[in-house]
Amino acid sequence: METFIMQIFNGISVSSIYLLASLGLAITFGLMGVINMAHGEFIMIGAYTAYVVQNLFRAYLPAGVFDAYVFVAIVASFFTAALFGAVLERLMICRLYGRTEDSLLVTWGVSLVLQQLARSIFGAPNVGVDSPSFLAGNLRITSTLALPYKRIFILFIALICLGGVYALMYKSRQGRNIRAVMQNRNMAASLGVNTRRIDSVTFAMGSGLAGLAGCTLTWIGPIGPTLGTNYIVDTFMTVVVGGAGSILGTVLGSGFIGIGGTAFEFFTNASVGKVLIFACIILLLQFRPKGIFAVRNRALED
Amino acid sequence: MTPLLQIDDVSIQFGDFKAINHVSTTVGDHEIRFFIGPNGAGKTTILDAICGKNHVSSGRIIYKGEYEVSKMKEHVISNLGIGRKFQAPSVFNGITIGENMELAAARKHTLYSTTFHTLSKAKQEYIDYCLEFVGLIDKRFKYPTRLSHGEKQWLEIGMLMAARPELMLLDEPVAGMGRRETEKTAELLKKIKKECSIIVVEHDMQFAKEVSDSVTVFHEGHILDEGTMDSVSKNQTVIDVYLGRGGEK
Amino acid sequence: MEKKKWRPDVTIVLALVIFLFLATTPFYLSMFRVSLLGKYMCYAIVALGLDMIWGYTGILSLGHGVYFGLGAYCMAMYLKLEASGSSLPDFMTWSGVSELPLFWKPFGNPVFAMVMVIGVPVILAVIIGYLTFLNRIRGVYFSILSQAMAMILSVLLIGSQEYTGGSNGLTNFTTIFGKSLSSPSTKLALYYATLIALILIFCVCRFLISRRIGKIFIAIRDSENRVRFTGYNTAVYKVFVYGLSAAIAGIAGALYVSQVGIITPADVNITPSVEMIIWVAIGGKGTLAGPMLGALLVNGLKTAASENFPELWSYFLGFVFIFVILFMPGGLVSLRELPGRIARKFSSKKAEEDELNDAFIADR
Repeated sequence: METFIMQIFNGISVSSIYLLASLGLAITFGLMGVINMAHGEFIMIGAYTAYVVQNLFRAYLPAGVFDAYVFVAIVASFFTAALFGAVLERLMICRLYGRTEDSLLVTWGVSLVLQQLARSIFGAPNVGVDSPSFLAGNLRITSTLALPYKRIFILFIALICLGGVYALMYKSRQGRNIRAVMQNRNMAASLGVNTRRIDSVTFAMGSGLAGLAGCTLTWIGPIGPTLGTNYIVDTFMTVVVGGAGSILGTVLGSGFIGIGGTAFEFFTNASVGKVLIFACIILLLQFRPKGIFAVRNRALED
Repeated sequence: MTPLLQIDDVSIQFGDFKAINHVSTTVGDHEIRFFIGPNGAGKTTILDAICGKNHVSSGRIIYKGEYEVSKMKEHVISNLGIGRKFQAPSVFNGITIGENMELAAARKHTLYSTTFHTLSKAKQEYIDYCLEFVGLIDKRFKYPTRLSHGEKQWLEIGMLMAARPELMLLDEPVAGMGRRETEKTAELLKKIKKECSIIVVEHDMQFAKEVSDSVTVFHEGHILDEGTMDSVSKNQTVIDVYLGRGGEK
Repeated sequence: MEKKKWRPDVTIVLALVIFLFLATTPFYLSMFRVSLLGKYMCYAIVALGLDMIWGYTGILSLGHGVYFGLGAYCMAMYLKLEASGSSLPDFMTWSGVSELPLFWKPFGNPVFAMVMVIGVPVILAVIIGYLTFLNRIRGVYFSILSQAMAMILSVLLIGSQEYTGGSNGLTNFTTIFGKSLSSPSTKLALYYATLIALILIFCVCRFLISRRIGKIFIAIRDSENRVRFTGYNTAVYKVFVYGLSAAIAGIAGALYVSQVGIITPADVNITPSVEMIIWVAIGGKGTLAGPMLGALLVNGLKTAASENFPELWSYFLGFVFIFVILFMPGGLVSLRELPGRIARKFSSKKAEEDELNDAFIADR
């Protein structure tokens, strides 16, 4: 029973990381129709930002306030990645709306460059980030069942981000403008929406969320220049399963891949688990070729 | 005698929205039938259903009295002799006009025959005839990107002809054409009619009057009236919902 | 009636130049360079297959490393068994396997291995292709799925160390068909075998493209729906061309492992798979000669760069790739338009323009 609960918790925990990593993707891919292969590199940028913030705290501030770096890092990683995203959008992506395949290829080039950039600056070997002391322990439920605080914290952040994105997209004026642009660019433009600004902001937001995901990843493992490549496939699969453009779909997709993946791995092993989850995805797409929740928008027209 | 196409109590639903509501009609041999009606009346939807692009929610569409096309895949329907032209001209830009015609004219569509067989002399001559017919014979080695809008429409009609269908479905063939081009298209259709039946969705009333044998007026997913152009244009309801507004252009 | 004008096809000329160059290199380059070229030729073969599905049919596969790898592993299993003779392959002993696994046994037979080099990739491609193309899964979704496949295969290869050698891959081969792999004559023979394979595959692709089936590929790229309504079952054609390109990649993999002497899961993963796309894009997709040129050129440059300044290579490749996609969608081959464009700048003859348009329309 306890192993079962532990597995479920692990599954949810993995799902929450996928959710964080793919929320941004759901926005850029699902809503904007841009396949951003550099999304993984934005995760990496967020992770390295957290690393830098931590080192700055360690170097210049008294040890007593070290733990507070977490909150600075969260904010900083979001905005650094968002800045990179905005620059990328202005330089390249803005030429590629409606050219999904080309956007994929161009951003792959970008990801090559960003990875090498990280290697040049921080070196090829992985670096570690110390998680703050208040995240070190476990939440003890019984004598043998303990849930790490880190994982709970990440789950918490994921839920906040989910709520934030939902509120922004469906409850705010900005969100309405974003959805309007994504559904019918020309119409939105003629109604006075500044589409270029919306594009930039939306893409930056998606990238920022990736950065935030990267920040949380620093607490559960070492980080390196190729951190992004480890996540890119799973996050894309999440969006594909959930149905591009649907936030609820992304939640279900990450749950499916997170919990399903952990379960398969528990019963078989890591590599066979991956094969099984892939087979499930292919199978699922047989019945719902556009994902669980298919949303029609301009990106989805064939 | 069984009609060429029999639409039998067909309804088509998208989610909660009933685009077509219990529609029945028949189209006979060598008939030019026009589907007219205001935007959103379901004309294109029913065309889509005939060629397999949409699925019907209930009812049947029977072709030649034996094939239930509402249950078939697009390419099977096309091979039964139902050709479709879409509203926006869609020809293959990456291959020459002649090659476009060849793809349409070929009867055997297996991997083997498309790899190893060349078209018979008779087929080639028929392609030349069709190209001549639509006035594109001089441009057969050119790519379709160079054609004007009207020429693309004709190329597509030419491709349809080359496939020798028994039923042609044309969605707004004269949309975006000038008067002279429209007249030429009208002539074309009258010629083609000798070989097959045609269903046309069109807003251009003068064009309809000129070419049609009969018309079916759609309104909000059901049939309002059916008959010759003269008879339906005297129908008061039709005038109220559609014609009275001068048609829609 | 107007007859089609004969125009020398630049891409054919380019292909002939490439073949001639490759055929003569053993006479004036060192064996080391020739072996490298042999490796690049394998890449050029993959590029041909990718061009068939991406350049002509418009299916972007980001996982062709899978088929390349499967072909290579099938060949490597044979080579490994030949190298270990009657004893167990070394890595199996290390992982504590006491008996040769059942699926390894038939690979002792070279004929079986060579059939599998093509068979395994084709079977997998047909299954995957059938499941995705038949249900009309969107193009981009297919790309993403194919990429996932590349990752999964490499994870699987690493994970089942006792059967596949894990992340070290399969290596330490000695002989092929009884001939020593290290002798120059065998190397030369393999080099020319690869060249012949390249030429033959080029001819097959060229033949298909010139036939009606090739026009259907292009038509599918332009408007798949329209092809369906013209009465063709597009799924069949897509599965066929996907299987064909998988077979081509498998052959390339087998030739690769015979010449290079090692295959590891890293050669199967996402990064090499996307690099294959980069060769095709830089060379010029949809031209056959372009992708070959791209594969040879990019890999030649890569070797040169990693000998001198490895740091800069990734930047260079990344930026060149971005530039090509954004500003030169026709790739290097589209440079043939340049003289015409310049000429047009100076003389505004309409007729000339038309000619050019006609000739190069296929690029987009």
